[in-house]
Amino acid sequence: MITKRIIPCLDIKDGRTVKGTNFINLRDAGDPVELAKIYSNTGADELVFLDISATEERRRTLSDLVLRIAAQINIPFTVGGGIASVDDVARLLQNGADKVSINSSAVQRPELINELAAKFGSQCIVVAIDAKYVDGEWIVHLLGGKQPTEYKLYDWAKEVENRGAGELLFTSMDNDGTKNGFANEALARLSEAVNIPIIASGGAGSVVHFAQVFTEGKADAALAASVFHFGEIAIPELKMNLKQQGIPVRL
Amino acid sequence: MDIVIIDYGAGNIQSIKFALERLGLIAILSSDREVIRAADKVIFPGVGEASSAMQRLRESGLDTLIPELKQPVLGICLGMQLMCNSSQEGNTKGMGIFDVDVVRFGEKVKIPQIQWNTIQNIQSPLFQDIAEESYIYMVHSFYAPVIPETIAISAYGRNYSAALAKNNFYGTQFHPEKSSSVGEQILRNFLEL
Repeated sequence: MITKRIIPCLDIKDGRTVKGTNFINLRDAGDPVELAKIYSNTGADELVFLDISATEERRRTLSDLVLRIAAQINIPFTVGGGIASVDDVARLLQNGADKVSINSSAVQRPELINELAAKFGSQCIVVAIDAKYVDGEWIVHLLGGKQPTEYKLYDWAKEVENRGAGELLFTSMDNDGTKNGFANEALARLSEAVNIPIIASGGAGSVVHFAQVFTEGKADAALAASVFHFGEIAIPELKMNLKQQGIPVRL
Repeated sequence: MDIVIIDYGAGNIQSIKFALERLGLIAILSSDREVIRAADKVIFPGVGEASSAMQRLRESGLDTLIPELKQPVLGICLGMQLMCNSSQEGNTKGMGIFDVDVVRFGEKVKIPQIQWNTIQNIQSPLFQDIAEESYIYMVHSFYAPVIPETIAISAYGRNYSAALAKNNFYGTQFHPEKSSSVGEQILRNFLEL
């Protein structure tokens, strides 16, 4: 049995959710824990918290938040954003995060992946890869797609796997925000290239897109933000729909 | 009831402590032999790599204490694996409570397994009020094959032990503390053993 996972992503700044939401029964719409509880109670399989704050206190704010999330949420969650050292990861895992996601710090110093995998185990190390299709090649980018790197997507994905990553979170910067569907061709090729689970991100706009990312894109999990936060797609209906199409999900 | 979570520097013990708090119970984190010995229930967690976790257990002498415990003991994930004879991960000798060797998944599946899997053939008071095919959260690269002490089976490329039990010892490969309401019920069942 291999069930596909549905993962809402919450963007966090200074301990608060960034994007607005349409949930009316939230006591505090900016509280990530309140939102996370709703998702965990309505069938989300995991949660991702992506910290985009740029303040000096960010590390402490984030680890405090992780502690509050862990106290109240009974499904796994991943924390990402600005994680750059073994100490950062140790603090987040100690406070109850199940996995951490690293992105630019891995590109800047790939050995970090080896160090983290050796110390904490591959199962909790997610490497996030943002890529853009440029002149017939998928090129890894940093800074939300602003800065190209020297890495090609499939080479980098293999390297990341060899260095000990346990999972990939692939975002197509060409699809992100479009609501036109995931980058299924690239995802399917990525699934052939590596033998670790792949979380697809970027482009979710409809229930059909989720079905496609699991069938055509061969993804193991699909991540989305605004379609969930604004109630455009409700997770219970989404999963019911996937199940009716023969895609295994946890109901 | 005194619930002790064995604290030997292996991973995510905060999550288990919090899961118990959500059930209204306060657990003690300890590596003290006498505290562990005196507990009503012992939870033996584990996340990370087998040989280094076993090394830490040996250094604290807990590797000889755990097999002697008489109260209900629940090993979770790597905790369960270290209660087996051995693990292929880092060629690690385990505590030998469960007579089985832990091995790595084969090439035909993605490794690690990270997903919600289902449990079948469940047979233990640990699964009181839990239905067959219930979903539980698994994250691991190594597994214990099915043996007579298997009390729940999952499939990932092949059948393997989702849970084991022998006398007062229980082990789950899955994470009850992360398995939503199903996991909470399993933890509650353990505490009522």
